[in-house]
Amino acid sequence: MLTKDQLQAYWRQNLTYIVVLLSIWFTVSYLFGIILADVLDRIKIFGYPLGFWFACQGAEITFVILIAVYVKLMNNLDRRFGVQEE
Amino acid sequence: MGILTWTWIIVGLTFALYIGIAIWSKARTTGDFYVAARQVHPVLNGMATGADWMSAASFISMAGLFAFLGRDGSMYLMGWTGGYVLLAMLLAPYLRKYGKYTVPMFVGERYYSQTARVVAVLCAIFVSFTYVAGQMRGVGVVFSRFLEVDINTGVVIGMAIVFFYAVLGGMKGITYTQVAQYCVLIVAYLIPAIFISFMFTGIPIPQIGLGAALSEAGQRLLHEDAGFLLQKLDQIQRDLGLPAFTQGVKPRIDVFAITLALMVGTAGLPHIIIRFFTTPRVKDARASAGWALLFIAILYTTAPAVGTFAKMNFIKTTHDKSYTEAPSWFKNWEKTGLIVWVDKNGDGKMQYGPGAPFKGKPKLIKTEGGDLKRGEYGQVVVANEVIPNTRNEIYVDRDIMVLANPEIARLPAWVVALVAAGGLAAALSTAAGLLLVISSALSHDLARNVFFPSMTERTELIIARIAAGLAVMMAGYFGIHPPGFVAQVVAFAFGLAASSFFPIIVLGVFWTRTTREGAIAGMLSGIIFTAAYIIYFKFINPAANNPQHWWFGISPEGIGTIGMIINFIVTTVVSLMTKEPPQEVQHMVRNLRYPREA
Repeated sequence: MLTKDQLQAYWRQNLTYIVVLLSIWFTVSYLFGIILADVLDRIKIFGYPLGFWFACQGAEITFVILIAVYVKLMNNLDRRFGVQEE
Repeated sequence: MGILTWTWIIVGLTFALYIGIAIWSKARTTGDFYVAARQVHPVLNGMATGADWMSAASFISMAGLFAFLGRDGSMYLMGWTGGYVLLAMLLAPYLRKYGKYTVPMFVGERYYSQTARVVAVLCAIFVSFTYVAGQMRGVGVVFSRFLEVDINTGVVIGMAIVFFYAVLGGMKGITYTQVAQYCVLIVAYLIPAIFISFMFTGIPIPQIGLGAALSEAGQRLLHEDAGFLLQKLDQIQRDLGLPAFTQGVKPRIDVFAITLALMVGTAGLPHIIIRFFTTPRVKDARASAGWALLFIAILYTTAPAVGTFAKMNFIKTTHDKSYTEAPSWFKNWEKTGLIVWVDKNGDGKMQYGPGAPFKGKPKLIKTEGGDLKRGEYGQVVVANEVIPNTRNEIYVDRDIMVLANPEIARLPAWVVALVAAGGLAAALSTAAGLLLVISSALSHDLARNVFFPSMTERTELIIARIAAGLAVMMAGYFGIHPPGFVAQVVAFAFGLAASSFFPIIVLGVFWTRTTREGAIAGMLSGIIFTAAYIIYFKFINPAANNPQHWWFGISPEGIGTIGMIINFIVTTVVSLMTKEPPQEVQHMVRNLRYPREA
């Protein structure tokens, strides 16, 4: 049985993860892929202008990584607080 | 063997496979029917979600959108993938913990209100029908182009297949068929992409090939000198008077709003949310969102490469070439009206450039013998009024970038057949997922919970099957008699989902204080605002549908973003002004946050 404090600590930690990961989510798509795309385009990686690359591939790849990281973090958190399922 | 024979063989085999799976996975209980008994492994659920998500439009139109919009096209790529991050972190695990069958059911219980539930049912049905009509049409179109049967016959064949496995297997049948359909569609998408990438750049991975330099073989094929493919295409487009391919031209604010509306809309679409009810555990629901996005991203990161290669090849093989020497794919697809040339300057050569060659969609002319009317050089002739002040002479439908891709790349006939099977898999899998939402909304949310609460599970299962059957019929009807506004209402589906479901589900999970009054007021204000804006610009006053008249420069496609913000604000303010939710509801909400009772 967890105490009220422990339950709140679990939830606060989850919220922290979400805020951090969604900030990255926002940065790679809305900042790098849209708002700052023209500035980043001055940097070229092979044939890719960087802003263009973020918009058409980089953001999408980052999204996949973000979910993978969240899954891993939450599985650990569940175990630490003993709320994991069998 | 010819293309047609190959297509019949491959399409026939895939259909036999789907039917086989349906028989094997027949639903025996309502649990099977609504949520596949919650036994679906997260990787398989990821594949099924991928197939559910990627519709005929993703498969056929995405690459073409990118080819003609350039960087602006990536708002669709980001918008249709980013929603999964929101799903994984803000919705899927908590709704899985909730552990019931439908989205309206969650809304009804969380907001202790039958009204909220009925509003949610109506939204779910409307969004799903809008979508499913387009899928059925897509099935018909693929049939008519590749198998040379009448569009309506195609719709009927598609209906029969979906009817069989959706009615028999429910969610269980649908899920396992979708897994098979994902495999078919991704193979069909990747094979031509890999071939083309290799042809132009010598690199078989399209995602890398797009940023690479042209190989020597590629230079010979395109009659270009050495250099990066994207820079070449930028230059070619500028020379033709078009904006550079890798630059955006749409206003940033609109791209921003559209991307956000698509992301949030994705996370609020009922047929996607219910996929996460099918996993065994909460942790599987999170993982499942990750797998789904991985499988989707494989196609979505390939699409820009396909679009770019096809665009390059299209310009190089048509622009300033005389029609009589046009490649064979041009002449094959001309017959479908997807690509048409009008010789405005009378030089017998095809010129490509900015602007439309003529008004509207091509209207092909038939001779009395039933053949297509041909012009001086043997080209297909259209009845449309020519626009004289543009240099462009070529009409090209964006769908051709995927449909004709294998022929453009001179790939063997079986690859063409595979693309047909892939397009059908994409359309059928999405249609089936949507039909299930409609069926469960009718049988579970309306029949069981509103009208006949005392019916047995057996009866409910029968009603669910009948509802699925009726939904297939309705979808088929709209497929054969498409309402003229199907294209316009797609913006509706995302805008509505973004401005109605998403805010109240997220607040419902993350803020115990959200009240019934707040949620209903929020949903209504979000929907009414979004719907009014779209209806005004799309139907009442389409002439004003341009950036000068839009609010904050946001187009109807992106207005769901504002609708969502309104919903968030209204829900919050009204919740603070009304009595807090009953203790048992607050208790339930807190419980959603922990995978196991703590």
